[in-house]
Amino acid sequence: MTLTTMVMKMSEGFGKTCAIFFLTLLFSLPLGMLVAMLRMSKNKIVSGVTRFVISVLRGTPLMLQLLAVTYGPYYLFGLSVSRNKLIPVVVAFSINYAAYFAEIYRGGIESMSIGQYEAAEVLGYSKWQTFMRIILPQVIKRIMPSITNEVVTLVKDTSMAFTVSYQEMFTIGKQIANSQTSFVPFLVAGLFYYIFNLLVDFTMGRVEKGLNYYR
Amino acid sequence: MNSLLEIRHCRKNFGGNTVLTDLNLNVEQSQVLSIIGPSGSGKSTLLRCATLLETMDGGDLIYDGVYAAKDQDGNAVYAGNATLQQVRNMFGLVFQNFNLFPHYSVLKNVMEAPILVQKREKREVEWEARDLLEQMGLSDKADAYPYQLSGGQQQRVSIARALAMNPKILFFDEPTSALDPELTGEILRVIRKLAEKKMTMVIVTHEMAFARDVSDWVVFMNGGVIIEQGKPSDVIDHPSQERTIQFLRRIREQ
Repeated sequence: MTLTTMVMKMSEGFGKTCAIFFLTLLFSLPLGMLVAMLRMSKNKIVSGVTRFVISVLRGTPLMLQLLAVTYGPYYLFGLSVSRNKLIPVVVAFSINYAAYFAEIYRGGIESMSIGQYEAAEVLGYSKWQTFMRIILPQVIKRIMPSITNEVVTLVKDTSMAFTVSYQEMFTIGKQIANSQTSFVPFLVAGLFYYIFNLLVDFTMGRVEKGLNYYR
Repeated sequence: MNSLLEIRHCRKNFGGNTVLTDLNLNVEQSQVLSIIGPSGSGKSTLLRCATLLETMDGGDLIYDGVYAAKDQDGNAVYAGNATLQQVRNMFGLVFQNFNLFPHYSVLKNVMEAPILVQKREKREVEWEARDLLEQMGLSDKADAYPYQLSGGQQQRVSIARALAMNPKILFFDEPTSALDPELTGEILRVIRKLAEKKMTMVIVTHEMAFARDVSDWVVFMNGGVIIEQGKPSDVIDHPSQERTIQFLRRIREQ
């Protein structure tokens, strides 16, 4: 197999890699905020349960969570494993990343000075207005570097979808590597991820720069 | 005539420590009242109770005849949200650390609350905000961000932000404590100008010269109670209570 054919075949899977990446961000970023809110709840039971769930999601391998979400329904309830593996893959990724994002959000929110809340309160802002207009914009700026970190990791983590044989780029690369007994597909995959992350870096750098109009 | 602000039998504990004991305070229309006293005397807590940032354990809190809190069997019972919001519209607060919104320009810091909270028309608010900034000597800073300003300028923006809500009474929580000594003068000048316009103000301060200069009533607090109050020429220059004399002597020695 020529190098060109290899690259062609792997690029076909690249669309699916992108699907995991973008769908995971789409769901996990807002879900993480919800989880952060539950984690910061004044209700001890709610915050305690959330804390436990987060610790499990962060304390066990993503690979294991992928297997659990994909095959769990079959082993637990005898349901057939869904044809389209994209759904369980995105569900597992979104839940896992939401746990990480939640802790980043929480750190950002808790780092805000109480004075910002008090200033808004005295001016008559509602709790919702205070959060949406005063707190959240500043939190986003503060947590941007940590978010970038997670996004870069996510690009590479998409390769883990091979454990459930979802035909994304790395899975295809691995199959070619096996059939051709060649290491080249792995190098090609590495290059793909690296270029992808250069783009991520560039984009996030632009966003961070855009938020630099104040200190 | 009713007092603009009336605090009756205010009582406040923090985890078993009594911070305020049966405290009474009246603020009249156009009065400039300074609260002085050592740290831990309860003067900041009193201000925070008056501005609804803390809740009193017992007592009445009345703004221009409207009860924000009413004492029932020794417990302060607070009014509903609508009334509290109405009360918040009557006062402004200038913080020690300014607490400007760093992600907003100076103009937006001043303009947002009147538009968002008081639902006033944007053009009218902007006209008024620019006028306020001019009064504060900040016309050329409207588009600047807080981090680009000196401490004194930031404090003047926060005064403009409070005034934009057209409060009946303006509170200052140690407005010059976070400033270099040479910058306190500009805040003092602003407060004096407001006093000339008959703005009602309550100022918690450590600066005796400041208190003597701008206020027409001085309250000395210690240990959660008011020890003495009166004209600055009496309380600051000729105090009658031993605690006040000691406190003022210590301040002068510093």
